[in-house]
Formats: sequence, structure tokens, C-alpha cells
Amino acid sequence: MTIKQISVFVQNEPGRLLSFTEALTRAGVNMTALNLADVTDYGIVRVIVDDTEKAVAVLKENNYTVRVNDILCVDVTDEPGALHTILQKLAEAQLNISYMYGFSNSGKASLVFKVNDLEKASQALL
Amino acid sequence: MIWNEPIETMSRDEMHALQSERLKDTVARVYQNVEFYRTKMQALGIEPGDIKSIDDIVKLPFTTKKDLRDNYPFGICSAPQSEFVRIHASSGTTGKPTAVPHTRKDLDMFSECSARSICCAGGTKDDTIQVSYGYGLFTGGLGLHDGATRLGAGVIPASSGNTRNQLTLMKDFNPTILACTPSYAMFLAEALADDGTKPEDIALRIGIFGAEPWSKEMKAKIEAGLGITAHDIYGLSEIMGPGVSCSCQMQNGLHVCEDHFYPEILDPDTLLPVADGIAGELTFTHLTKEAMPLLRYRTRDLSSLDHSPCDCGRTSVRMARIIGRTDDMLIIRGVNVFPSQIESVLLEVPEVSPNYVIIVDRQGVLDTIEIQVELNPEYMSDSVTEMEEIRRKIKQKLDSVLRISVILTLAEHKTIARSQGKAKRVIDKRTL
Repeated sequence: MTIKQISVFVQNEPGRLLSFTEALTRAGVNMTALNLADVTDYGIVRVIVDDTEKAVAVLKENNYTVRVNDILCVDVTDEPGALHTILQKLAEAQLNISYMYGFSNSGKASLVFKVNDLEKASQALL
Repeated sequence: MIWNEPIETMSRDEMHALQSERLKDTVARVYQNVEFYRTKMQALGIEPGDIKSIDDIVKLPFTTKKDLRDNYPFGICSAPQSEFVRIHASSGTTGKPTAVPHTRKDLDMFSECSARSICCAGGTKDDTIQVSYGYGLFTGGLGLHDGATRLGAGVIPASSGNTRNQLTLMKDFNPTILACTPSYAMFLAEALADDGTKPEDIALRIGIFGAEPWSKEMKAKIEAGLGITAHDIYGLSEIMGPGVSCSCQMQNGLHVCEDHFYPEILDPDTLLPVADGIAGELTFTHLTKEAMPLLRYRTRDLSSLDHSPCDCGRTSVRMARIIGRTDDMLIIRGVNVFPSQIESVLLEVPEVSPNYVIIVDRQGVLDTIEIQVELNPEYMSDSVTEMEEIRRKIKQKLDSVLRISVILTLAEHKTIARSQGKAKRVIDKRTL
């Protein structure tokens, strides 16, 4: 399944992430998943929300630099080997993963992948 | 067209000989007539006989703006006031202006150099020039006016200001050349667009702009807005006015009228001349001026020289367009760094906006220079690799232009103060 991910540029300084969550809170946007990639002086927050359009609008209003892109999301059962099977399929299709994050909760796990060919990856996992 | 072919295409050896003769004559005159120079030369232990060729220019004393102020109004003049036929003056920011008198022969030289420059920019006697530089004490208006008249071109002496009237003249009198400051050209281009006039509806084909620094980006905007090819003209009242140098159709530097003004580029720290291509302080020595010949006048403008022959056919030395002022210079790990160099690199990189802050600091004994730039939102990526690639690319460009290693920091959009000329661009935290 392809879903929308919002990436936000945040300067690495105290309170910067706080004002980011504050903006989303005030707009009543609910976050499904969040991942923070850090470089020394800045970081990239990647977030999946219930209302992408609203979140982007409120972030831009608050002068955040944002980018929206499609990303691969896969739901699997929360059991040993589930991720391994997915990775095997992607490897067989010669796909490259640049980053991923995921979580499991009450018997189910969701994984988010950044791959170099989204369409091909969706086919491989059918 | 080359206005003065014998001079402008002269071999380097012939030019060297001509400059040498003229320098000897100038030095003899100022030594005899100007106490200021006599005293300075005596303090350096030199006399006119020590100057045997133009290469001996390095033995001569410098002249600064302060020297001109201290000797205001005519203390450095080499000719009596009875010989003056015009007196120009530059407005001093500190109150007193700087007086610049001209003899009959000086004005003749002025119009000759101005005519050369208009030709260099592609103008001919068939052109009509709208001179929208100020007429008056400022040399811009009258300087271009006399040059165009000498060339035989038509002149519309519009002077500066009254934009509505400028547009009317532009539409009704069909000028083919516009001469003014680049900021006024920009203003006229915008006024023309607001007026609903398209560039192709007016006859302008060439712009001759100078008297203030302008970026390549601004040049492109003016060219598109007015439908012209824009040329750089350089001059300063202390030396002459517009026409000290001008860019030709190759647009690769400004040809200097070096038979009248000898240019040197000095290392800002050592004040020693530097090689071609190296940036430093532009300095001029008058070779023919009668009223107020100056020796090694330090302009505070930063440029570099190129003595190689130009594809346009001229052999005269070319100076690079002014990259900044020595007053803005930073010395980092012994290397001279100018904010304008940083700005020009950033203007070429679409991934960032040209808003920046330079933070100079010292860690232990080593100076550090950090440049903070704002990421252009269009180039925001979800990938750290891509973002770091942007950073690496810009850092590499800056390193090679500045010749030192910089720390490049990407900042969020709109977090750096906007510049309206006065924004604080440099924060120097070093305590010496």
C-alpha cells in the first residue's frame, strides 16, 4: 500500500521539535508514525498523519519547510520472520531501501519503507 | 567598432613604453608642483630620476581618500585654478566633498575615454543615447554626455529621476542606448512593465550601467526587462568618471583605458602587487592628467586584472567587475574572504536562497568560518543522503572560490534576516 509521508526540516535546537508537535496539536492532527533522522545541525522529521493536507497547511503557516511524498507501507502479522519475508521479496526484485521504520502493536505490525521504485515494490509484495 | 585602434590594439611592448614615458612625465610634474607628493617621495627616499619605467611604479607613494580630504579643496592639484575649466566633486559621507578639477586637456581625455567605452559596449555614431545619470557635480551625466557627443551619437540629456518622463522619452525619441546606474535601470524596467510596454516596443538595444555594484542576477533581469545587452562601465570621480573601463561584446572583463590610468591590484594586507587573476584592491595612477594627477590612488574596490588579449581585438588590460569593497574584507586563517564572493556562489545554487550569515570564530588557534544558508523549500527532501549532497555541493563550491574550508550549515526557510542592504551578514566572534 502506498501512503503519504510528510518530511519536515528542523533545525537542531532545543524546543524546535516541540513547536512542531504544538502546531499539529493545535490543528487537531493525529500522528500515526514518526521517525527522526538526525544530522548534526538539522534533522528530518518524517511523519505519517491522519490528515496530510491539513498538517502541511499548518506546518507551512508556521514557516516549516516540508515535503510530501508517497511511501510504501506494509501491514504484517506480529510474528517472527514477518519482516524477513518482506525484505526477501524486495531483494529478489532488486530493490534498494534507503530508510525504513516500523512498529508493532496488539498482534499487528506496520512497516514503512523508502524504496527506489515504489511501483515495482508494490508489485513484488502482492 | 574600436574607437581608437592604434591605442586599444597596441602591442604590450608599445603600451609599456608609452606608459613608462607618461609616468616619468607625471612624476616629474607632481614632484615639482605638489608639496604633498614631494614630501611623501622624499620620505621614501626617492626622486623623479628613480622612475625609469612603468615597472618602477611600485616605488611610488600611495594616495588615499583621506589624503584628498586633508588637502581639500585643491591642495593636491598640479595646475593653477586659472587652468581649470570644470570642477566636479564627489559627495563625502563625512560631510566635506572631494573636489576634482579638470583642465581643458583633462576634459578632452575624459570625452575620449568615455567615447571609447560607449564603442566598447557596441555603440556607434548612429545610436541615440538616453543619459539618465545625474547631471551636475556627479561625473556620470556630463561624462557620458561628452563621450557620446564626441562619438557623434545623439544624446538625450534626461538626467536622473522623473520616471514618467523617462518612459515618455524612451517611447517617443527611440533611444537605442540607455546609460544610468543599474538600480535605476531596474527601476525603469519595472516601470515599463507596469506601464504595459513590452521590451520589443521600444528601440533600446544596449545598456551602459555603472557607479554601483550589481549582481549577475540583476543584470539578467535588466536585460530581459528592457530587451537589451547590458554592459558594465567603471569609473570614479577622483580618477575621471565613467569610462575608466568598460566591458566589450565578449563580456569577459572591462577594458581599461590604460594609456591614461595605470591599474594595479594590491594584496590588501601587504599592499604589494599581485599576479593576474588574483583579487585585491584596485589602484590607479594618472598618466596624463593635468589638474590633479594622483599616484597610486587606492580605490577600495576589489577586482583582478587580465593582461591576455581579448577576442574582441583589443589588447588593453581587462579588470574583473567589482566584487566588493576592501572595507568588507575578512581575514580568515590568513586568507582574504569577501562576503560578495560568498553571495555570488550562493546566487548560482538554486537549492538555497541567497540569504546568509557568516559566523567567524576561533577554536584554539584556528579561525573557523561558518556560513548559514536557508534551504529553498522546493529542494527539501525526505532523504538525508540527498540533503547532505546539497550541502556537500555548496561547500565544495565555496571552498574552491574562497580557497579555505568552510562549515556550511543549512538553516530553515525564513530564519535568516532578510537583507535590505543593512542586514548584519557577518558575526565575528574572535577576540584578538
